[in-house]
Amino acid sequence: MSTAELLADDPLWLIIVKVVAIFAFLVVMTLFMINWERKVVARMQQRPGPNRVGPGGWLQSLADGLKLAFKEDIRPVLADKWVFFLAPVISTIPAFVAFSVIPIGGEVSIFGERTALQLVDLPVGVLVVLACSSLGVYGIVLSGWASGSPYPLLGALRSAAQVISYEIAMGLSIIAVVMHSHSLSTSDIVEAQSSGWYFYLLPVSFLIYVCSMVGETNRAPFDLPEAESELVGGFHTEYSSLKFALFFLAEYVNMVTVSALATTLFLGGWRFPFVGDDHLLNSGWFGLLWFVLKTLGFLFLFIWLRGTLPRLRYDQFMRLGWKFLVPIALVWFVAVAFARYLRQEWESAGGLDTSTALIVIGAFLAVVLVIAFLLPDKREQHDPDAVPVTGGGFPVPPLDLKVPKAPPRRQVRVAELPGADDQTQEPAAVPAASHKEASDGRV
Amino acid sequence: MSLSFLLQQPDEVQRVVDTVTTGEAVAFWILGPLALAGALGMLFARNAVHSALWLVLTMLSLGVLYMVQQAPFLGFVQIIVYTGAIMMLFLFVLMLVGRDSSDSVVEVLRGQRLAAAVIGVGFAGLVVASVARALTDVEPAGLAQQNTQNGGNVANIGEALFTDYLFPFELTSALLITAAVGAMVLAFTSRTGKDAKKTQRQLVEERFRGDRPGSLPGPGVFATANSVATPALLPDGSVAPESLSELIETTARETLEDDVAEVSGTGHQPDAHALKGESS
Repeated sequence: MSTAELLADDPLWLIIVKVVAIFAFLVVMTLFMINWERKVVARMQQRPGPNRVGPGGWLQSLADGLKLAFKEDIRPVLADKWVFFLAPVISTIPAFVAFSVIPIGGEVSIFGERTALQLVDLPVGVLVVLACSSLGVYGIVLSGWASGSPYPLLGALRSAAQVISYEIAMGLSIIAVVMHSHSLSTSDIVEAQSSGWYFYLLPVSFLIYVCSMVGETNRAPFDLPEAESELVGGFHTEYSSLKFALFFLAEYVNMVTVSALATTLFLGGWRFPFVGDDHLLNSGWFGLLWFVLKTLGFLFLFIWLRGTLPRLRYDQFMRLGWKFLVPIALVWFVAVAFARYLRQEWESAGGLDTSTALIVIGAFLAVVLVIAFLLPDKREQHDPDAVPVTGGGFPVPPLDLKVPKAPPRRQVRVAELPGADDQTQEPAAVPAASHKEASDGRV
Repeated sequence: MSLSFLLQQPDEVQRVVDTVTTGEAVAFWILGPLALAGALGMLFARNAVHSALWLVLTMLSLGVLYMVQQAPFLGFVQIIVYTGAIMMLFLFVLMLVGRDSSDSVVEVLRGQRLAAAVIGVGFAGLVVASVARALTDVEPAGLAQQNTQNGGNVANIGEALFTDYLFPFELTSALLITAAVGAMVLAFTSRTGKDAKKTQRQLVEERFRGDRPGSLPGPGVFATANSVATPALLPDGSVAPESLSELIETTARETLEDDVAEVSGTGHQPDAHALKGESS
């Protein structure tokens, strides 16, 4: 019985229970992620992180969320009233909707009703996630436009360009998966991975997906739409109170969703590795556990990247997307299609043993390597007429620079200082300090 | 429950009966008016971005209608391509136009509104009449049966595209590639030659040889706002011309009059003796 048929006869109460459970899961994951992120990044930077509210500081994000809800809701005078209100809502709703097609577990029984741990199983499941992410951008873009202030506008423009570019790479990386599993349905993709996970069968797709999922969710090192050092807060600069909280929520829910999709597409979904389908570890509610663990692994990757990498410059970021990820994804997709075609042909012609196939691949790689070595390196042109603007890349003073002698400081006498009579110890420090300052110029 | 229509395998008699189910009718009477409202809103919205948003509403409604009519692939592709990519590009351009720029109400061509209304209503009547005449006697076949054969909706579309409709498909791709190449040619700036784009180094050298090596005055520094749309005010209260952005339309001078007066000291000043209760 396929997952779609299993889900088709769900009673209404079960659907409502699943909807509420998914909503609660995503909100709790958001609260947990904020704390986890702060703690992990803190540990990476040798500091304790939040440790005051609740046991071990784990309720900090809940307290922050409550505080945020009670803050004043400010709308700038120049803001567009309705769009300003609508933008956070638009960015939040698709984030939640996208999770409805994710299979978070296998077949279980809830109050005697056989069902799968998934809300819906559409024949176009993967496209639902892509559609939701493309709708989520509207929230960011409209918030930037509606704020009536330039920093959010710049953030919104960056975000629109960024998400469109990385959505292409993401879509191209998914194509190979769809080609292997013969289906766009998420549960069928998980089913197809019972013989082998796609992260090692399709490694290039996996890497491209991981890169583009970070770009898609506007997270460090690709968090250009909200680059603090350049754009204050980016698209949400003018937002406060619950509207800001909604943006926060949407960002973290999006992270959970793309991680869950990565788990589904490349890490075998809710399956436990190394054991068969009918093993105890792959039955019932165990699937939920493996799914959450794999998703947490991806979420940790998000945190790790944020704690490790500096933010990319905008042109570097676009170059990575368009000149690196998209072409590689295209070539890889054609290569996968070609390999599949060849295998089909050979199988119908009587089969080809593995060693011959490996020799052919090795010969092809050798040819590519030789060509790569024969190509001459690109030399940087040196312009002899160039005016040196700033020394050797840094603004340094010339070696023969004459530093004028510092004027003699007027020595402050202890007796002249007000209140010198009743402070016997401290005044001694004053001449020493002024001497030190005077000597600074000669160092 | 809600998706059972995608999976059921109806026999011939049942198929004709339930081509329009209750759920489908309800969905139509919700989505149809929404789509229409979006279209009208797009026509009558003063602001270009609002227009685009109304159009997004129409496209979303159409996408959901496709899904209800057993074409889930078409529905989601409609949302991804039209709503996600094309309208986003529209918005991208519109946002750069400036958010206060609305349609001009001055009529440039005499009587064009009237003519447009008459022709538009006439065209709509023509299309509705011909489509209605053509479709009243057609018995809808529905996709329920197709969607259960040969691997379902997506596989069937793929097969049709790459067998029966291969030539139109290839023609469309050639058209799109031509458009993409054309855009690249139009937007191409050479790195060599006379009107080449300046490198960062060239720009720096130019700046240091010019009369202003420092940075331009930051917007809003001496004004009471910190937005780029607000020009910087010089100490005498006049607007610093270098602080005006070329890209973003600045706030009108009149709205800053209070700030200018305050900075230049000609405006209303707080009375230093107000709290003491004595008038000076």
